[in-house]
Amino acid sequence: MPNSQFTPGIASGRLSDTDYNENFSDLHAPLEVHEAAVAADRCYFCYDAPCMTACPTSIDIPLFIRQIATGTPDAAARTIFNQNILGGMCARVCPTETLCEEVCVRETAEGKPVEIGRLQRFATDTLMAKGVHPYVRAAATGKKVAVVGAGPAGLAAAHRLAMKGHDVTLYDARAKAGGLNEFGIAAYKSVDEFAEREVAWLLEIGGITVKTGKALGGNLALETLRAEYDAVFLGIGLGGVNALRAPGEDKDGVLDAVGFISDLRQADDLSALPVGRNVVVIGGGMTAVDAAVQSKLLGAENVTMVYRRSKEAMSASVYEQELATAKGVRIIYNAQPKAVLGNGAASGVEFEYTTSERGALQGTGEVFTVPADQVFKAIGQTLIETPEGIAMAGGKIQTSETGATNIEGIWAGGDCASGGDDLTVTGVAQGRDAAEDIHTFLMGGA
Amino acid sequence: MADLTSNFVGIKSPNPFWLASAPPTDKEYNVRRAFEAGWGGVVWKTLGSEGPPVVNVNGPRYGAIFGADRRLLGLNNIELITDRPLQTNLREIKAVKRDYPDRAMIVSLMVPCEEDAWKAILPVVEETGADGIELNFGCPHGMAERGMGSAVGQVPEYIEMVTRWCKQNTRMPVIVKLTPNITDVRKPAEAARRGGADAVSLINTINSITSVNLDAMSPEPMIDGKGTHGGYCGPAVKPIAMNMVAEIARNAETAGLPISGIGGITTWRDAAEFMALGAGNVQVCTAVMTYGFKIVEEMISGLSEWMDEKGHTNTADFVGMAVPNVTDWQYLNLNHVTKAVINQDDCIKCGRCYAACEDTSHQAILMSEDRVFTVDDSECVACNLCVNVCPVENCITMTTLEDGAIDERTGEKTGGYSNWTQHPNNPSFAAE
Repeated sequence: MPNSQFTPGIASGRLSDTDYNENFSDLHAPLEVHEAAVAADRCYFCYDAPCMTACPTSIDIPLFIRQIATGTPDAAARTIFNQNILGGMCARVCPTETLCEEVCVRETAEGKPVEIGRLQRFATDTLMAKGVHPYVRAAATGKKVAVVGAGPAGLAAAHRLAMKGHDVTLYDARAKAGGLNEFGIAAYKSVDEFAEREVAWLLEIGGITVKTGKALGGNLALETLRAEYDAVFLGIGLGGVNALRAPGEDKDGVLDAVGFISDLRQADDLSALPVGRNVVVIGGGMTAVDAAVQSKLLGAENVTMVYRRSKEAMSASVYEQELATAKGVRIIYNAQPKAVLGNGAASGVEFEYTTSERGALQGTGEVFTVPADQVFKAIGQTLIETPEGIAMAGGKIQTSETGATNIEGIWAGGDCASGGDDLTVTGVAQGRDAAEDIHTFLMGGA
Repeated sequence: MADLTSNFVGIKSPNPFWLASAPPTDKEYNVRRAFEAGWGGVVWKTLGSEGPPVVNVNGPRYGAIFGADRRLLGLNNIELITDRPLQTNLREIKAVKRDYPDRAMIVSLMVPCEEDAWKAILPVVEETGADGIELNFGCPHGMAERGMGSAVGQVPEYIEMVTRWCKQNTRMPVIVKLTPNITDVRKPAEAARRGGADAVSLINTINSITSVNLDAMSPEPMIDGKGTHGGYCGPAVKPIAMNMVAEIARNAETAGLPISGIGGITTWRDAAEFMALGAGNVQVCTAVMTYGFKIVEEMISGLSEWMDEKGHTNTADFVGMAVPNVTDWQYLNLNHVTKAVINQDDCIKCGRCYAACEDTSHQAILMSEDRVFTVDDSECVACNLCVNVCPVENCITMTTLEDGAIDERTGEKTGGYSNWTQHPNNPSFAAE
């Protein structure tokens, strides 16, 4: 252990191996069989259950919980996968506290919802551990579909299309499939290479050819895809990162939170990852929380998350915010960056307090400085490049409810498409629904 | 504080909580510990005739029904009567009774259905100083195949005969333990009374198969691949037992016959309910087999607290108090109309009342788009199913319509008293 939490600047190896292992172990321990039975017994099997309505993929939650309660977790898993083929990952990363569990009637009754997320993980883990893929392909249709982007939306679309008997080619710009799940989520939410294993398991359906290192606009042209395939689905995500638009942004130590999270996820040796003694994360979403918490877990002495609006306006859930503070992250609300200070390398960030009047954010003139060796920007992502001829809305690809774009034969879903809230589960829902629509289109109408 | 002392057919005990004849009362060690824990009395596990001991199986003896958190709801057993030598049991009974003279010591007996067999055992039991005997006419397995236990309990004539033998050959009070494995429990109770029984105790265990092993395709408990029916007991059997107790308590032929209530008694409240239905005291087994002897402390404090609250100074004050309110269906007031009412403040919007009423009952619950559930009085027949499926206590209640109010469902006036015997639809009434 060459360094410690108190080593100045940006350094690696601040903690012992034991600390790294402990810090990046599973955030929530999986449920044991008996725990699952007891947790499942709390479900009231609601009529037209609110949790099911709150789930973007509309999983029949009461049914799968009842299947767990009756000792048939495999059947429960199939209920989940029928709606959400990435149910395993969603069980880990969904902000259940603002989706299914928030509306659970047990939350109303006792302030303690049924642990839907953990139960979902119990069911999906059980089936996946058997190494069986629960679906078979329909008879081949002879149709070919290109799916661009192997993130949650693309994977869900590809799986559903393959299931329907179409031949799918799944392209991704990175060297590995998985997208957000593989590169964009805190490590402690998805341990043991789960994202990679899940993709491999999903591909067992067959009929999907994966081609990595293929970026739309780079070595992949939409025109060519349109010509070679019967339909195209774009699930290209948001590759660009918003700029701070504050002086000093170019100083050493100022980085994208997205890149940091990705590096961390791909790291074989966490002790080799450098992190600042004083880390500042700017932003208020899940990415900001993931970056802040993981900086702390990597051994940063002080981690401060600064968000320009109030606690209530923060898009990271109260649970996420509490998780951050519990890990020792300090959260400052109502402050916006003015400048990154430092001579070459960042040494601090100057912030100005803000007020919000009728939604319009204003600086109060009162400034303060937070010391920072490392500054992470987590203030939103953008589409790197708009595919030619495709209509846009609010910086994203404009789609119908089923994901159709303005160009016939092209669908889009996930972060790159309008609608949805940039969650794995929303991506899955959009990919799945687009696949159904593509299938209808390919088979010549309803 | 309420006086919990009990006098059951002349047998005194410091409280009405006895341990039923079963493994917990099979030997001196257990019974001493039970008395130390505070139990008012015990019915010593069934003794048989002198001679070779009874042979029990060496595989599992119990099958069980669980709640989700493995809470034991029901238990069955395939155990037989004591498998310890008669003389050993007698010696121990004597020693324990000598050291605990204030506790009730009843001895359960089961010998062949011959007068000589009973004549032989009664004096040796009497010699121990025991306070009474209980005739085990209930055991539904093992012994029944040898012409004992429920094989006797299912034939009123045998019950009467054996009871008479016992009354003629001992000074001890005779309690007859009845089997529930019979169509009409009043018949054996009447027979016991005719034979001179001082009391009946019920219920013994119910014929049952608790579970089937779907791999081995055998009932459980499973002995070398085979299973058999056992005797069911525990919280699950309480409703059956209480009905049988009430049947005997309100039957003209057996009214006033002392009853020792048995069957799923787990808490002070269960005990109070049995006693309200006519049991002079209660016997507990499965609850102690589940939690140990200490539960008697809760039973004592709970019963005592409740009696104080209700102003009962002695257990005799409330024994049988509910019996006059147990009636036959035909005497229920058909003019008494209630409607379900949902308290919107308490409602957590699970919709279970809706699912139950809509799918399986009367379509009397309405659901709005924003999940507000209300009762449609014009369809509600007051079945109470919504109350029973609602997970929130007291969220749905049955409210009685005032006298003279119109029932929206039938358009008829409520109030007053009218029962089936007077109803125009009743053929036997119309014929008059």
